[in-house]
Amino acid sequence: MARIKQTRINRSAGGDVSLLIIVLLFAFIMVLPMYYAIVQSLKPLDELWIFPPRFWVTHPTFKNFQDLFQNLNDSWVPFSRYIFNTLFVSIIGTFGHVIIASMAAYALSKKRFYGSKFIFKTVQLSLMFTTAVTSIPTFMVMRSLHLIDTYWSIILPAFSSSLGLYLMKQHMEAMVRDAIIEAAKIDGAGEMRIFWTIVMPMVKPAWLTLIVFSFQGLWNATGAAYIYSEQLKSLNYAVSQIVSAGIARAGTAAASIVFMMILPILVFVFSQSSIVETMSSSGIKE
Amino acid sequence: MKLKREKEPRRRLTGKEVAARMWSDRAGYLMCLPFVALFICFTVVPVAISIFYSFTDFNMLQTPHFVWFQNYTRLFLRDDIFLIAIRNTVILAGITGPVGYMMCFFFAWALNEFTPRVRAVLTLMFYAPSISGNAYLIFTLLFSGDSFGFINAWLIKLGLINSPILFFQDTKYMMPLVIVVLLWTSLGTSFLSFIAGFQGVDRTYYEAAAVDGVSNRWQELWYVTLPQMKESLMFSAVMSITGAFSVGPTINGLVGFPSTGYAVHTIMHHLEDYGGQRFEMGYASAIATLLFVLMIVCNKVIQKMIRKVGN
Repeated sequence: MARIKQTRINRSAGGDVSLLIIVLLFAFIMVLPMYYAIVQSLKPLDELWIFPPRFWVTHPTFKNFQDLFQNLNDSWVPFSRYIFNTLFVSIIGTFGHVIIASMAAYALSKKRFYGSKFIFKTVQLSLMFTTAVTSIPTFMVMRSLHLIDTYWSIILPAFSSSLGLYLMKQHMEAMVRDAIIEAAKIDGAGEMRIFWTIVMPMVKPAWLTLIVFSFQGLWNATGAAYIYSEQLKSLNYAVSQIVSAGIARAGTAAASIVFMMILPILVFVFSQSSIVETMSSSGIKE
Repeated sequence: MKLKREKEPRRRLTGKEVAARMWSDRAGYLMCLPFVALFICFTVVPVAISIFYSFTDFNMLQTPHFVWFQNYTRLFLRDDIFLIAIRNTVILAGITGPVGYMMCFFFAWALNEFTPRVRAVLTLMFYAPSISGNAYLIFTLLFSGDSFGFINAWLIKLGLINSPILFFQDTKYMMPLVIVVLLWTSLGTSFLSFIAGFQGVDRTYYEAAAVDGVSNRWQELWYVTLPQMKESLMFSAVMSITGAFSVGPTINGLVGFPSTGYAVHTIMHHLEDYGGQRFEMGYASAIATLLFVLMIVCNKVIQKMIRKVGN
């Protein structure tokens, strides 16, 4: 022990190595299915039917992706329409969610008024169950608000996602000091101005996180429960129809899975540090 | 401001004073209003409706009439499939919840030992399955029921089986496979929260602990790190429990709905069956209410347990 210059306390070289092996092994297991999907999606037809299937591809081709878009285009709703639907819902839903949740988070974290604690406790409680439980009564509410079969049936619930408000409120509480707000008030800034020009720039990682989470949720939303019209349906819905077509379209199915995977992963790659920073204040305080 | 408020003697405010204070806080109320209004519409009201209809007989066409606890007694006494659903839910949530939670914790802790760049890459590798929407459908390709499914093909090639196994239709394999897939997707928000939690632990405590006789990483984890991470532990527990109960869509994607022989039929599926297909809304609401209560109780119990960590 004395011979080796220890850089860190309480760490043995053997422990480091075995931990590395365990982690790499599991990381490998996690990635393997995704790797297989990518390989399958790049295989030309003859390689897809080699028995037994190979774990690599010798002549990679984008034919499966072409087929995917061809297939989607052949349905009576053009493929571009599904993309538009999903992008529209994702962008409007994310934008509104960030603004509405941040505004409420600012009020709940930096002001005390009758009911502010109660509101936050209720939102925190709602993290403990999934909204899927209440999908039937939500349908009734939407019907009475005439939201069924419109984009808003996906967008409006996304606005009030409680995880977003929760994360934003916790982050504001930890990052924005009361003294700064007091100083701005003395200088004569209004509430909205304080919120926009002082508080929001200070919690940039938090709203980046909200954007990522909200976008991922909406990108993956099928919205099948509240939307019937084919021309309003989401990309995820259209793509999952292809996967369910069975083995005749094995290559196309793999291509569709890869296609839906790319954007969320890319978004996360670029926002990882912000998300981790936001998560550092995510703990539930007593 | 804080000090001033505390100095005031506590007394009941008159209605007028309350109103005056609420008026002076109007900016706060206004800023909360859009969120709260939508939250009430899409979360509070649906829960209330669910509880209300659970005591009625309602088919969406005729006006509901009160049957009190009949829906609940029917669930437990006359619905065998519901009992299967409870059993499956307990097995699935009971395994994927705790195991997923521990996986999140363990890998976040292990990743914390690496340099930031390596950590970022590994974080992505572990986190990716949970964000990529329907990536779990890959398993329907891997475990495809025909002889070109990867697993089947190799089992046949190696001579272990003669004909392909219908992995997602054979009740023998469905439950274990579903659990594997769910665990594969379980390193989500909890995992990220833990990653951040470990980075936030005060380094100086480690040196102090080493002086006090903590001699390896396991002791360090138990005596120094864990007590500092209580808040992360709580938040992640909530995320993991909620995740463990909301596995319906993933299961549908893998084995279809309803599953063969109700092998992976959960309470959520039972709800879907009665609410979405048979339109027995009163009965479905009773199922929803039970599931709702089950999730909240689970969360509260686990939180109580976590509060004891390090005490």
